Amino acid sequence: MSLVARQLEAAGLPTVVIGSARDIVEECGVARFLFSDFPLGNPCGVPYDRAMQRAIVGHALDLLETATLPRTTVQSPFRWSDDASWKERYARVDPARTEGLREAGEARRAAQARTKEKGGSA
Amino acid sequence: MTTAHRTFVSYIDRTREFYAALGYERPYQWAHHEEVPFAPLAKPLATCRVAVVTTASPPGTHARPGSLRAGKAVWSGPVDPAPERLFTDHLSWDKEATHTEDVESFLPLAALGSFVASGRIGSVAPRFHGVPTDYSQRRNVEEDAPEILRRLREDAADVALLVPL
Repeated sequence: MSLVARQLEAAGLPTVVIGSARDIVEECGVARFLFSDFPLGNPCGVPYDRAMQRAIVGHALDLLETATLPRTTVQSPFRWSDDASWKERYARVDPARTEGLREAGEARRAAQARTKEKGGSA
Repeated sequence: MTTAHRTFVSYIDRTREFYAALGYERPYQWAHHEEVPFAPLAKPLATCRVAVVTTASPPGTHARPGSLRAGKAVWSGPVDPAPERLFTDHLSWDKEATHTEDVESFLPLAALGSFVASGRIGSVAPRFHGVPTDYSQRRNVEEDAPEILRRLREDAADVALLVPL
């Protein structure tokens, strides 16, 4: 998505990205970025919390007006919850499961190779 | 194995470690650019037409196992009525911590509608657009991004709100 943002900006169309993968967006480099420090999936706010969602979109609109330089990141003031343990859990490699993960990876590579043989794209 | 060095999650580090554990030898090369284009807002936001772009796919999409690119191409949907559900199973959102049943949490059409009503923005573009998440940055750059730009121009959008899941 950041790659799309860059092309729109280069064509003269202002953009703002609302996202939760801060390092990926900033590494790519975009003009304006509103960072929601939430689990991936709900960058515009906690599900069904309309007031929060409206506030976050409002901050993104503010950014369209106030940013004067590219790579402007603003962090949304909202916290996901008092419990931040989701940050540790996402895609974390559990040392007790490494054998299982390697087997899953091998099965996946075999499936991808079969797809390729059939002429599809993985 | 590793400790967190930041208060936010580094998805680049996390996915590198995860795919290494799966036995993939070469880490994914995330896009990186030194130069970043910047288009200043050309007119007051209160007169702007705002468009939304998502990484979600149309409802009813079926992803093959192991396939990231469930939706093969850029797609568009009407903002009125807003979709009640979009297909997101193929995307890497945090399936333990949350869910995507509330479309408004990633496609904020009601929020934008309220800003039209209050006069903060001029209007919402009649369609939102979907861009596939692709392992291939080349396809994103050469095919998807120009097509999104073409559709935004067709809709006379002045600014775009881009919301990756």
